[in-house]
Amino acid sequence: MELVEKLLSGNKRAAARLITLVENKDPKAFETLKEIYHKSGNAYVIGITGPPGAGKSTLTDKLVKVFRKRDKKVGIIAVDPTSPFTGGSILGDRVRMSDLNLDPGVFIRSMGARGHLGGLSESTQAAVKILDIYGCDYIFIETVGVGQSEVDIVKTCDTTIMVMVPGLGDDIQAIKAGIMEIGDVFAVNKADRDGAKRTAREINMMLDFSKSDWRPPVELVVAIDNKGIEELFEQVEKHKSYLEESGQKEVRRIENCKNEIVDLVQQKLMDMILDKSSKEEMINKLSKEVAARKTDPYSACKLVLEKLRTT
Amino acid sequence: MDRPIRVLVAKPGLDGHDRGAKVIARALRDAGMEVIYTGLRQTPEQIVSAAIQEDVNVVAMSILSGAHNTLLPKVVELLNAEGADDVLVVGGGVIPDDDIPFLKEKGIAEVFTPGTPTQVTIDYIRDNVANK
Repeated sequence: MELVEKLLSGNKRAAARLITLVENKDPKAFETLKEIYHKSGNAYVIGITGPPGAGKSTLTDKLVKVFRKRDKKVGIIAVDPTSPFTGGSILGDRVRMSDLNLDPGVFIRSMGARGHLGGLSESTQAAVKILDIYGCDYIFIETVGVGQSEVDIVKTCDTTIMVMVPGLGDDIQAIKAGIMEIGDVFAVNKADRDGAKRTAREINMMLDFSKSDWRPPVELVVAIDNKGIEELFEQVEKHKSYLEESGQKEVRRIENCKNEIVDLVQQKLMDMILDKSSKEEMINKLSKEVAARKTDPYSACKLVLEKLRTT
Repeated sequence: MDRPIRVLVAKPGLDGHDRGAKVIARALRDAGMEVIYTGLRQTPEQIVSAAIQEDVNVVAMSILSGAHNTLLPKVVELLNAEGADDVLVVGGGVIPDDDIPFLKEKGIAEVFTPGTPTQVTIDYIRDNVANK
């Protein structure tokens, strides 16, 4: 396939087109990925996550510039929410990355989450592989703004940067389960605002209980003024060295592949349950019966599974 | 899985008025399209670079500065140079009627002037976008 050769030679349009095909679930695209999958795995993948408005895009913009100073080729996948009602979306992460736009060593792709909680979908995972094969040394995935439990990103990344801001809650928020557990490196952005040091202290107190060999560092940054970005870069590199030296990188990548396989199987099963009109009809009928208390959801589930087995 | 139309909404040149671009972005979003919004003061080079990486079906530009006769044809020219001649390019904003034939001759498929209902733009894009 011509597209593959172009991708391997580092052609931007080929990479862009292949990502589109993957997003549109074109079967040909996945055939192509099967062919070239063995060439992926060279890029180091960094996840940037955090609540809406924390400054993820601005921080990504600034951090990528540090990698560019070291002449690393960088890919950025920026995910924004998709409307659950119309399927439309406004992907606005590029607004914060205007300077990177003309840099030939940077490839930015905006993606709509298209219905996936946690902001990472099958197509995001595939896009990472495409940019990897395209020749990126580092790939940044910027998630949609997250709440408390969207932890999907760790399933794809080597290093996850958790971007926090002051004023989002007290230390009880910090010790809750969920997203606070997934950061490998913490950045408290907008650190020129009141309460930044307190936020950092509360995160640190939460991390003091961590039993892992890697103690995530907490950096104060002001992304818009480019403050603390070099330090944040150093911490990412330290985490990378830790993963490589401890053998954890391999462990993590195997775990990530396992998660990916399970996710794909899950997705295909969902398609089988919902796409076949006969089953959807069956589910609609059962829903009415369950609502009328003629049956219960547990028995309904069993019926659907039996039907799935026989087709 | 249906395929949303991907549209780059851009503001070429130096005017700082993006209300129109944002209204259009929102209307296209509500019509089920994926809108990549790039922000203010973009050069034609930046717009084309973004259009290539995002592999969009449409580039929609809003311009109020009066520099449309220079900037809009430049975008078409750069897209063609990249081999992306299947991208539908449309313009909007304060553009005198007298300039529209020139712009169309230069490859801008359609121009939407003030007062155009957003539905007209949506329908035009749906009807004219190339099937990829």
